[in-house]
Amino acid sequence: MMLALSSHLNTYLLIGAFLFAAGFYGLVQRRSLIGMLIAGELVLSGASVNLMAFNRFLAPDPTVGQIFTLFIMGIAAAEAAIALSIIIAVYRNYKTIDAPDLHDLQG
Amino acid sequence: MVHSLLTVEGLSGLVFLAMVAATASGALIAINSKRLVRAVAGLALSFTGVAGLYYFLNSPFVALMEMLIYVGAVCVTIVFAVMLAEPRSESKVGKGSGMGALFGAIVSGLVFLGVAAVSTTTKWPVAAAKVNSGSITEVGLALLTPFSMVFELISVVLLVAIIGALALAHSGREKE
Repeated sequence: MMLALSSHLNTYLLIGAFLFAAGFYGLVQRRSLIGMLIAGELVLSGASVNLMAFNRFLAPDPTVGQIFTLFIMGIAAAEAAIALSIIIAVYRNYKTIDAPDLHDLQG
Repeated sequence: MVHSLLTVEGLSGLVFLAMVAATASGALIAINSKRLVRAVAGLALSFTGVAGLYYFLNSPFVALMEMLIYVGAVCVTIVFAVMLAEPRSESKVGKGSGMGALFGAIVSGLVFLGVAAVSTTTKWPVAAAKVNSGSITEVGLALLTPFSMVFELISVVLLVAIIGALALAHSGREKE
Protein backbone atom coordinates (compact mmCIF):
# COMPACT_ATOMS: atom_id res chain seq x y z
CA MET A 1 0.00 0.00 0.00
CA MET A 2 1.47 3.32 -1.10
CA LEU A 3 -0.05 5.26 1.79
CA ALA A 4 1.69 3.25 4.52
CA LEU A 5 5.17 4.31 3.34
CA SER A 6 5.79 6.50 6.37
CA SER A 7 6.04 3.51 8.73
CA HIS A 8 8.83 1.67 6.89
CA LEU A 9 12.51 2.08 7.66
CA ASN A 10 13.55 1.59 4.02
CA THR A 11 11.64 4.66 2.83
CA TYR A 12 13.72 6.94 5.03
CA LEU A 13 16.97 5.15 4.19
CA LEU A 14 16.30 5.66 0.47
CA ILE A 15 15.52 9.35 1.02
CA GLY A 16 18.75 9.73 2.97
CA ALA A 17 20.72 7.98 0.23
CA PHE A 18 19.12 10.24 -2.40
CA LEU A 19 19.99 13.40 -0.45
CA PHE A 20 23.58 12.18 -0.01
CA ALA A 21 23.98 11.36 -3.71
CA ALA A 22 22.42 14.67 -4.77
CA GLY A 23 24.78 16.57 -2.49
CA PHE A 24 27.74 14.59 -3.81
CA TYR A 25 26.77 15.40 -7.40
CA GLY A 26 26.44 19.09 -6.49
CA LEU A 27 29.87 19.09 -4.82
CA VAL A 28 31.49 17.61 -7.92
CA GLN A 29 29.69 19.70 -10.51
CA ARG A 30 29.35 23.19 -8.97
CA ARG A 31 32.00 25.79 -9.74
CA SER A 32 31.10 28.46 -7.22
CA LEU A 33 32.05 28.07 -3.55
CA ILE A 34 28.55 28.95 -2.32
CA GLY A 35 27.09 26.24 -4.57
CA MET A 36 29.50 23.75 -3.02
CA LEU A 37 28.44 24.87 0.49
CA ILE A 38 24.77 24.30 -0.44
CA ALA A 39 25.58 20.79 -1.70
CA GLY A 40 27.47 20.09 1.52
CA GLU A 41 24.40 21.02 3.54
CA LEU A 42 22.43 18.47 1.51
CA VAL A 43 24.97 15.75 2.41
CA LEU A 44 24.65 16.60 6.13
CA SER A 45 20.88 16.53 5.82
CA GLY A 46 20.96 13.04 4.28
CA ALA A 47 23.10 11.79 7.17
CA SER A 48 20.66 13.32 9.67
CA VAL A 49 17.66 11.64 8.01
CA ASN A 50 19.44 8.28 8.23
CA LEU A 51 20.23 8.75 11.92
CA MET A 52 16.69 9.79 12.75
CA ALA A 53 15.24 6.78 10.89
CA PHE A 54 17.48 4.33 12.77
CA ASN A 55 16.62 6.15 15.99
CA ARG A 56 12.88 5.79 15.40
CA PHE A 57 12.79 2.17 14.24
CA LEU A 58 15.77 0.35 15.76
CA ALA A 59 17.26 2.12 18.77
CA PRO A 60 16.34 1.11 22.33
CA ASP A 61 16.58 4.72 23.56
CA PRO A 62 14.78 7.04 21.10
CA THR A 63 16.19 10.24 22.64
CA VAL A 64 19.83 9.61 21.67
CA GLY A 65 19.35 9.98 17.91
CA GLN A 66 17.31 13.14 18.35
CA ILE A 67 20.03 14.70 20.50
CA PHE A 68 22.71 13.62 18.02
CA THR A 69 20.76 15.28 15.20
CA LEU A 70 20.44 18.46 17.26
CA PHE A 71 24.23 18.49 17.69
CA ILE A 72 24.70 17.92 13.95
CA MET A 73 22.53 21.01 13.38
CA GLY A 74 24.68 23.07 15.75
CA ILE A 75 27.90 21.95 14.06
CA ALA A 76 26.38 22.62 10.61
CA ALA A 77 25.37 26.14 11.63
CA ALA A 78 28.88 26.88 12.90
CA GLU A 79 30.37 25.40 9.72
CA ALA A 80 28.11 27.52 7.50
CA ALA A 81 29.01 30.72 9.38
CA ILE A 82 32.76 30.06 9.12
CA ALA A 83 32.58 28.96 5.47
CA LEU A 84 30.55 32.01 4.43
CA SER A 85 32.94 34.42 6.14
CA ILE A 86 35.87 32.68 4.41
CA ILE A 87 34.00 32.95 1.08
CA ILE A 88 33.41 36.68 1.61
CA ALA A 89 37.08 37.21 2.51
CA VAL A 90 38.08 35.31 -0.66
CA TYR A 91 35.71 37.46 -2.71
CA ARG A 92 37.28 40.65 -1.34
CA ASN A 93 40.75 39.52 -2.36
CA TYR A 94 40.05 37.80 -5.68
CA LYS A 95 36.77 39.41 -6.87
CA THR A 96 35.47 35.93 -7.70
CA ILE A 97 34.10 32.90 -5.85
CA ASP A 98 34.58 30.38 -8.66
CA ALA A 99 36.78 27.56 -7.47
CA PRO A 100 38.74 27.13 -10.78
CA ASP A 101 39.81 30.80 -10.66
CA LEU A 102 41.45 30.47 -7.24
CA HIS A 103 44.75 28.96 -8.38
CA ASP A 104 47.43 31.05 -6.67
CA LEU A 105 48.95 27.99 -5.02
CA GLN A 106 49.00 25.96 -8.23
CA GLY A 107 52.59 25.09 -9.14
CA MET B 1 -9.33 4.26 -3.39
CA VAL B 2 -11.07 7.61 -2.99
CA HIS B 3 -12.77 6.34 0.13
CA SER B 4 -9.51 5.19 1.70
CA LEU B 5 -7.87 8.55 0.95
CA LEU B 6 -10.39 10.29 3.20
CA THR B 7 -9.41 8.35 6.33
CA VAL B 8 -6.79 9.63 8.77
CA GLU B 9 -4.19 7.16 7.50
CA GLY B 10 -4.90 8.11 3.88
CA LEU B 11 -4.55 11.84 4.54
CA SER B 12 -1.36 11.42 6.56
CA GLY B 13 0.01 9.23 3.77
CA LEU B 14 -0.71 12.00 1.28
CA VAL B 15 1.04 14.55 3.50
CA PHE B 16 4.01 12.18 3.77
CA LEU B 17 4.21 11.84 -0.01
CA ALA B 18 4.08 15.64 -0.32
CA MET B 19 6.98 15.94 2.14
CA VAL B 20 9.04 13.38 0.22
CA ALA B 21 8.30 15.26 -3.03
CA ALA B 22 9.35 18.56 -1.40
CA THR B 23 12.61 17.02 -0.15
CA ALA B 24 13.55 15.46 -3.49
CA SER B 25 12.51 18.35 -5.74
CA GLY B 26 14.15 20.89 -3.43
CA ALA B 27 17.40 18.93 -3.53
CA LEU B 28 17.27 18.75 -7.34
CA ILE B 29 16.61 22.51 -7.59
CA ALA B 30 19.46 23.20 -5.16
CA ILE B 31 22.03 21.33 -7.22
CA ASN B 32 20.82 22.13 -10.75
CA SER B 33 19.56 25.72 -10.89
CA LYS B 34 21.67 28.30 -12.70
CA ARG B 35 21.23 31.12 -10.21
CA LEU B 36 22.53 30.79 -6.66
CA VAL B 37 19.48 32.49 -5.12
CA ARG B 38 17.22 29.86 -6.68
CA ALA B 39 19.55 27.15 -5.37
CA VAL B 40 19.16 28.57 -1.85
CA ALA B 41 15.37 28.61 -2.27
CA GLY B 42 15.50 24.95 -3.35
CA LEU B 43 17.61 24.19 -0.29
CA ALA B 44 14.98 25.82 1.96
CA LEU B 45 12.24 23.73 0.26
CA SER B 46 14.28 20.57 0.80
CA PHE B 47 14.84 21.39 4.49
CA THR B 48 11.11 22.03 4.92
CA GLY B 49 10.42 18.54 3.53
CA VAL B 50 13.05 17.03 5.84
CA ALA B 51 11.38 18.77 8.81
CA GLY B 52 8.11 17.10 7.79
CA LEU B 53 9.90 13.73 7.67
CA TYR B 54 11.20 14.32 11.21
CA TYR B 55 7.63 14.99 12.30
CA PHE B 56 6.62 11.61 10.86
CA LEU B 57 9.53 10.06 12.80
CA ASN B 58 7.92 11.04 16.16
CA SER B 59 10.32 13.96 16.72
CA PRO B 60 8.37 17.23 16.65
CA PHE B 61 11.11 19.08 18.57
CA VAL B 62 13.78 18.18 16.01
CA ALA B 63 11.38 19.17 13.21
CA LEU B 64 10.89 22.58 14.83
CA MET B 65 14.65 23.02 15.26
CA GLU B 66 15.18 22.04 11.60
CA MET B 67 12.84 24.84 10.52
CA LEU B 68 14.37 27.36 12.96
CA ILE B 69 18.06 26.63 12.37
CA TYR B 70 18.24 25.50 8.75
CA VAL B 71 15.41 27.36 7.02
CA GLY B 72 15.45 30.34 9.35
CA ALA B 73 19.15 30.87 9.97
CA VAL B 74 21.41 28.96 7.57
CA CYS B 75 19.44 29.69 4.39
CA VAL B 76 19.04 33.38 5.24
CA THR B 77 22.77 33.63 5.97
CA ILE B 78 23.59 32.02 2.62
CA VAL B 79 21.25 34.51 0.89
CA PHE B 80 23.15 37.38 2.53
CA ALA B 81 26.45 35.89 1.38
CA VAL B 82 25.09 35.56 -2.16
CA MET B 83 24.11 39.23 -2.12
CA LEU B 84 27.53 40.25 -0.76
CA ALA B 85 29.79 38.03 -2.82
CA GLU B 86 28.10 37.27 -6.12
CA PRO B 87 29.59 39.23 -8.99
CA ARG B 88 26.90 41.25 -10.71
CA SER B 89 27.93 40.54 -14.28
CA GLU B 90 28.29 36.79 -13.92
CA SER B 91 25.56 35.95 -11.45
CA LYS B 92 24.80 32.79 -13.34
CA VAL B 93 26.56 29.76 -11.97
CA GLY B 94 28.62 28.25 -14.72
CA LYS B 95 28.48 24.49 -14.84
CA GLY B 96 31.64 22.47 -15.03
CA SER B 97 32.69 20.95 -18.30
CA GLY B 98 30.25 18.52 -19.90
CA MET B 99 32.54 15.59 -19.30
CA GLY B 100 32.96 16.46 -15.62
CA ALA B 101 29.22 16.84 -15.04
CA LEU B 102 28.51 13.54 -16.79
CA PHE B 103 31.19 11.77 -14.78
CA GLY B 104 29.85 13.27 -11.55
CA ALA B 105 26.32 12.17 -12.41
CA ILE B 106 27.48 8.62 -13.11
CA VAL B 107 29.51 8.39 -9.90
CA SER B 108 26.77 9.87 -7.69
CA GLY B 109 24.20 7.56 -9.31
CA LEU B 110 26.45 4.60 -8.46
CA VAL B 111 26.82 5.91 -4.89
CA PHE B 112 23.02 6.13 -4.58
CA LEU B 113 22.51 2.62 -5.98
CA GLY B 114 25.19 1.16 -3.70
CA VAL B 115 23.88 2.78 -0.52
CA ALA B 116 20.29 1.89 -1.46
CA ALA B 117 21.21 -1.74 -2.15
CA VAL B 118 23.08 -2.09 1.13
CA SER B 119 20.37 -0.43 3.20
CA THR B 120 17.50 -2.41 1.69
CA THR B 121 19.15 -5.84 1.76
CA THR B 122 20.64 -5.65 5.27
CA LYS B 123 18.65 -7.25 8.08
CA TRP B 124 18.68 -4.48 10.66
CA PRO B 125 18.37 -5.82 14.22
CA VAL B 126 15.45 -4.23 16.07
CA ALA B 127 15.83 -3.41 19.74
CA ALA B 128 13.84 -5.72 22.00
CA ALA B 129 12.26 -2.97 24.08
CA LYS B 130 12.28 0.82 24.19
CA VAL B 131 13.42 2.33 27.47
CA ASN B 132 11.38 5.52 27.01
CA SER B 133 8.97 7.13 24.59
CA GLY B 134 11.30 9.70 23.04
CA SER B 135 9.01 12.61 23.89
CA ILE B 136 10.16 16.22 24.31
CA THR B 137 10.33 15.75 28.10
CA GLU B 138 12.62 12.75 27.70
CA VAL B 139 14.80 14.63 25.22
CA GLY B 140 15.15 17.55 27.60
CA LEU B 141 16.03 15.28 30.53
CA ALA B 142 18.65 13.41 28.49
CA LEU B 143 20.09 16.68 27.14
CA LEU B 144 20.67 18.05 30.63
CA THR B 145 21.76 14.89 32.48
CA PRO B 146 23.96 12.43 30.48
CA PHE B 147 24.67 14.84 27.62
CA SER B 148 25.16 18.03 29.65
CA MET B 149 28.91 18.14 28.96
CA VAL B 150 28.35 17.97 25.19
CA PHE B 151 25.58 20.55 25.54
CA GLU B 152 28.03 22.98 27.16
CA LEU B 153 30.79 22.16 24.68
CA ILE B 154 28.65 22.91 21.63
CA SER B 155 27.86 26.35 23.03
CA VAL B 156 31.62 26.97 23.23
CA VAL B 157 31.98 25.75 19.63
CA LEU B 158 29.26 28.13 18.47
CA LEU B 159 30.84 31.04 20.36
CA VAL B 160 34.24 30.35 18.78
CA ALA B 161 32.59 30.07 15.35
CA ILE B 162 30.85 33.43 15.74
CA ILE B 163 34.02 35.18 16.92
CA GLY B 164 36.04 33.51 14.17
CA ALA B 165 33.56 34.56 11.50
CA LEU B 166 33.63 38.16 12.77
CA ALA B 167 37.44 38.18 12.86
CA LEU B 168 37.73 36.74 9.34
CA ALA B 169 35.27 39.20 7.84
CA HIS B 170 36.80 42.13 9.72
CA SER B 171 40.44 41.44 8.80
CA GLY B 172 39.48 41.12 5.16
CA ARG B 173 37.94 44.58 5.29
CA GLU B 174 40.92 46.26 6.95
CA LYS B 175 43.26 45.16 4.20
CA GLU B 176 41.61 47.32 1.54
